Amino acid sequence: MSENQKHLEDLQQIRSIMERSTTFISLSGLSGISAGLFGLIGAALAYFKLAGEFSILHSGGLYSRIEVIDVNFFNVVRMNLAYGPTIDLVIIAIGTLGMALIFATLFTARKAKKDGVGLWSSTAKKLLFNTALPLVVGGLFCLALLKHGLFGLVAPCTLIFYGLALINGSKFTLPEIKYVGIINIILGLLNTIYIGQGLFFWALGFGVAHIVYGIVMYFKYERN
Amino acid sequence: MKGLITDLNKAFENRIRLGIMSVLMVNKEVDFKTMKETLDVSDGNLASHTSALEKQEYIVIEKKFIGKKPNTTYRVTKAGKEAFQNHLAALETLLKRGK
Repeated sequence: MSENQKHLEDLQQIRSIMERSTTFISLSGLSGISAGLFGLIGAALAYFKLAGEFSILHSGGLYSRIEVIDVNFFNVVRMNLAYGPTIDLVIIAIGTLGMALIFATLFTARKAKKDGVGLWSSTAKKLLFNTALPLVVGGLFCLALLKHGLFGLVAPCTLIFYGLALINGSKFTLPEIKYVGIINIILGLLNTIYIGQGLFFWALGFGVAHIVYGIVMYFKYERN
Repeated sequence: MKGLITDLNKAFENRIRLGIMSVLMVNKEVDFKTMKETLDVSDGNLASHTSALEKQEYIVIEKKFIGKKPNTTYRVTKAGKEAFQNHLAALETLLKRGK
């Protein structure tokens, strides 16, 4: 019986070492769900913001100085945004990203603690660097688009660069996140065809895709 | 029962060796410092057990230099992987029988 006990302890030790030393950190599925919810909230806020702006616009009010070509609620293709709603939208976008990141980190930290692993490992640094690189490049590129008033291309670009960031980082976390990346890239490319429908694609890519991913991951890896 | 016990690999009887193999099963390449910290063992202890596993050709020890600092890394061989998996399977069967 004590021999058995020793074997059992051996197996338990092996399992714990394997988990502690794996080269990826495992993001919590709840991170995905919360990120998706914030994505949807952000898209809704942006929608109401734009809807509000254009009703003022059409009544010839505050924003009558905006040169608008083809605006139909959120069907914004190209505007000269000297006084436009850009700043508000950028704030909404950054706020959404910030909230998503904060909650994703919280849930993942909680999971790391439960699994008895550190959050700030060398792998976490690699994950951060590899996802941050395409995100920063994409963000700067989007700022350039905004500067030139190419409003309709901003949404597809955020989706495409975000998708690339996920694929780039997928080597350092649960590999399934790659599929979220691919979906975001496809949505971004489709969005370049149906330009001006950015909010719809945003809601799908940042919202729905994350929620589905989060639920699948939660049930696959966390619910025992 | 006797036949089962012989499936257990003598090379993995030691806890530290089990640990080394476990780390290498899930990581492609691990350096000395990381291995030492993960397993919480002394330099000499780690060195003697890794060289024992190397003799069995279960792992490969690679000594490189990063600048002037020596940097030792470990990798598991195909034979090592198979041997360790067999050992694990034997452990599991033993446990099931023991119940």
